Amino acid sequence: MNIHAIRAIYRFEMARTFRTLMQSIASPVLSTSLYFVVFGAAIGSRMGNVGGVSYGAFIIPGLIMLSLLNESISNAAFGIYMPKWAGTIYELLSAPVSYVEVVIGYVGAAATKSVILGLLILGTSRLFVSYEIMHPFWMVGFLLLTAITFSLFGFIIGLWADDFQKLQVVPLMVITPLTFLGGSFYSISMLPPVWQKITLFNPVVYLVNGFRWSFYGKADVNVVVSAGATVGFLLICLGIVWWIFRTGWKLKA
Amino acid sequence: MTSSESIADAIVSVRGLSKTYKSGFQALKRVDLDIRRGEIFALLGPNGAGKTTLISIICGIVNGSEGSVTVDGHDIVRDYRAARGLIGLVPQELSTDAFESVWATVKFSRGLFGKAPNPVYLERILRELSLWEKRDAKIMTLSGGMKRRVLIAKALAHEPRVLFLDEPTAGVDVELRHDMWQMVHRLRKSGVTIILTTHYIEEAEEMADRIGVITSGELMLVEEKHSLMRKLGKKQLSLQLQAPLSAIPPGLESWPLELSDNGQTLTYTFDTQGEDTGIAELLRKLGELGVDFKDLRSSESSLEEIFVSIVRGRA
Ligand SMILES: Nc1ncnc2c1ncn2[C@@H]1O[C@H](COP(=O)(O)OP(=O)(O)OP(=O)(O)O)[C@@H](O)[C@H]1O
Ligand SMILES: [Mg+2]
Repeated sequence: MNIHAIRAIYRFEMARTFRTLMQSIASPVLSTSLYFVVFGAAIGSRMGNVGGVSYGAFIIPGLIMLSLLNESISNAAFGIYMPKWAGTIYELLSAPVSYVEVVIGYVGAAATKSVILGLLILGTSRLFVSYEIMHPFWMVGFLLLTAITFSLFGFIIGLWADDFQKLQVVPLMVITPLTFLGGSFYSISMLPPVWQKITLFNPVVYLVNGFRWSFYGKADVNVVVSAGATVGFLLICLGIVWWIFRTGWKLKA
Repeated sequence: MTSSESIADAIVSVRGLSKTYKSGFQALKRVDLDIRRGEIFALLGPNGAGKTTLISIICGIVNGSEGSVTVDGHDIVRDYRAARGLIGLVPQELSTDAFESVWATVKFSRGLFGKAPNPVYLERILRELSLWEKRDAKIMTLSGGMKRRVLIAKALAHEPRVLFLDEPTAGVDVELRHDMWQMVHRLRKSGVTIILTTHYIEEAEEMADRIGVITSGELMLVEEKHSLMRKLGKKQLSLQLQAPLSAIPPGLESWPLELSDNGQTLTYTFDTQGEDTGIAELLRKLGELGVDFKDLRSSESSLEEIFVSIVRGRA
């Protein structure tokens, strides 16, 4: 294991994050606060409780998941896309590193950043609503698992993209709709029966509900199913990354 | 072919290496090459000859299609960690980070190649490359020549034993070019093997121990610099005559002279490596023979022309 290389990549990526502190941390925190003001305070006051939890508190896990997904994907995708675009990828390709080390470095940094962000949003939301976390261990577990899984997913997008548009298109056209329809702002039980069924094909539902369960002990989907689905997606992403590096796909001529 | 002779103490060994890009274009055709430990090897060839492709394969950036490469006995595919750890590469393109500082990027390179931090060594490199004052500057604020040096510093950061310089002096001013030459000589003294590509014949002349010429993906020849320079270093002197000649004047038949332009131009081809170019004597003899000229011009055949003549000569 080339530990020095992992550390170098990780540090490089974290430095990039801190260089763009405003864009990478402040703006997601700000936009989440706006969600709280609009959905939690303004609309939520007329919504009443969802499953025994105030609406403001109900949306916290969903909002955190929303940011976590977006930030994990875009950060990891950008992290590996930039060297390709700038041509500095030559150094990575010529270095004595295995794909495992490259992935740990890039994905580790992207996941770290989104976990920090998730915790910041959690802290920020405290300013708006009070909540309790029934299963902190599970909460942290879901946070980490989701951050890692979607950073991996973003890494794949970054490898695949050969222009800026492709870099944006998956997060924008796939992830954003899925997260909004994934039960961040509502309980599945509020939907008509047909949509309740269809919704179960949306992977984000499992993430949001697993995470929500760790807060309030209640969710639309069984927590074990949630955890299983997340781990399943993680394994799929790992498999794709492994295949990409084995074939040198889009990285080596 | 000279290149297939195998060298016992080769640090880089290329065997039957071919590369066909996805487009179907064959950039390398069964290249065999041995680089001696501790030498400076210059790879010459016109644009698109396959120099960068060859270097990229050895360094692991491009996959070869056929053949094998070993670096200090380590196969570049099976034993890539050991092989790549020995190599430093300064790419042809000026690809650098923009927002990173010089210090951070050099430190990154060292780590990436698996070496423990060593600020003292990195400081020495930056000082040698006159980059120490700029260590905290963002790379994008540097000039092109400075960026080139940053790339060299990055390539040296992990103390490589083999250094590839792909056109290190393209777009570099004369002074810096001489600095670089000196640095290369210093590196060689410390035991580093250096492989460089260049379009400047004087650069190959100044630096290399051996020279390889590649055209259209084929390694045409590999020779000691001194013997090759004799072949490469041809110059021509053209005289515009006052009155046309119908034949080479008597007494000069044995000279390498040629008449052209309906006898109005007399061209003398000579060897720049020779002790005596023979120009003085030629002009004296022409004077004695009463051959007057109104203008004279000397020209050096371009590297590309020389490649063509080498290729033709071998075909
Ligand atoms: N990724 C690629 N896909 C297809 N063809 C390529 C690719 N890279 C290089 N080539 C082709 O391979 C040939 C050799 O290119 P290469 O860059 O090795 O030449 P070179 O000798 O380094 O030239 P120069 O002196 O201009 O740097 C060229 O004809 C080039 O067009
Ligand atoms: Mg080239």
